[in-house]
Amino acid sequence: MLTKLILILISSILVNNFVLVRFLGECPFLGVSKKIETALGMGIAVTFVMTIASAFAYIVYNMILVPLGLSYLETIAFILVIASLVQFVEMVIKKSSPALHQALGIYLPLITTNCAVLGVALLNVQENYNFIEAVVNGFGSAVGFTLAIVLYAGIRERLELAPISKVLEGFPIALIGAGLMSIAFLGFQGLI
Amino acid sequence: MSIFKTFKNGIWKENPIFIQVIGMCPTLAVTTAAINGIAMGIAATFVLFFSNILISLLRKVTPDKIRIPIFIVVIATFTTIIGMLIKAFSPDLDKALGIYIPLIVVNCMIMARAEAFAYKNTVLQSAADGLGMGLGFTLALFILGSIREIIGNGSVFGISLFGPNYQPALIFIMPPGAFITLGLLLGFFRLLESVQKNRKEKSIKKKVLLGGASHADKAYTYTD
Repeated sequence: MLTKLILILISSILVNNFVLVRFLGECPFLGVSKKIETALGMGIAVTFVMTIASAFAYIVYNMILVPLGLSYLETIAFILVIASLVQFVEMVIKKSSPALHQALGIYLPLITTNCAVLGVALLNVQENYNFIEAVVNGFGSAVGFTLAIVLYAGIRERLELAPISKVLEGFPIALIGAGLMSIAFLGFQGLI
Repeated sequence: MSIFKTFKNGIWKENPIFIQVIGMCPTLAVTTAAINGIAMGIAATFVLFFSNILISLLRKVTPDKIRIPIFIVVIATFTTIIGMLIKAFSPDLDKALGIYIPLIVVNCMIMARAEAFAYKNTVLQSAADGLGMGLGFTLALFILGSIREIIGNGSVFGISLFGPNYQPALIFIMPPGAFITLGLLLGFFRLLESVQKNRKEKSIKKKVLLGGASHADKAYTYTD
């Protein structure tokens, strides 16, 4: 049991990295990665939401959709769960910890349309994970996302100062950089 | 704007991938082969077309404050429909596209068109915009998919191009290839654009120089 959980964790963080191997959550990865600080903020907010969303999506799927025979509605159900969850998390944080809210506040609304959150909920169903496995997978995937986006922000901070041909400035060179990072992450492929 | 112009806008001038750079997840993930790219493009076009029409129809009765959840439900409905259709008619395609079919819901391109266009324009205009943007998306995915398939597998639509002795560069159909190919493609399109711009500027400069000369003549005659 424990070994399986550790395997899920390693697989979701390194081997099947969400951003670089599975291509989920590209929009924040390319959009909010110009500075390490903001990238870290986004990563923490995503980790927070993805872990909770995995748990709630599991409950909604197995306690409501499956007993009622409505599993084909999973996409609509999950996206509504995530949207309301993000709203709810934002309200709770605002009340309980204004400092945390100030740090994460601007990232939270963006997360609703982050496909990584919906992606992890759908993957958990596809892989038939039980409750704990689903939560661990959600957490691990989000840590993988954070790892990738923070490393990537470091690269992009340096790119700002590098002499780059005018045609490749901005998005093109950023994408090529992500490609090189992805090659590095392919090295983890044999780990499991 | 005329309907045709709206339609054309999405295909090239405001192409969602090459110009706006949105909707990256499916773009990078499914373009391992040309056929997958086209299939994903058509599925997204279907959702975009119908959600644009429905959102435009509902735009006068949609309260401003809850418009986003309404958009999401509309988009999710059409995504579920296309997901079921693909599953029923082509299980192979369903396997190839996998999780990215339900993920059309969170494709920022569709949400962006709903918010920026369909919510503010007539039904006919929104339909044209949906179709144009969708086709632009499909075109981009097809180009990307073909390049990756040709280099990474030596084939297009599964038809071998270079014979059995060709050693494919596997990296191009693996995840890194997606990033690198798209990055180089974006750079290439910018290069084209800047060459075009330079040419235009040169011709304008020529005209200005000629025009300026005659102007100076006039000024001279005045002072005289």
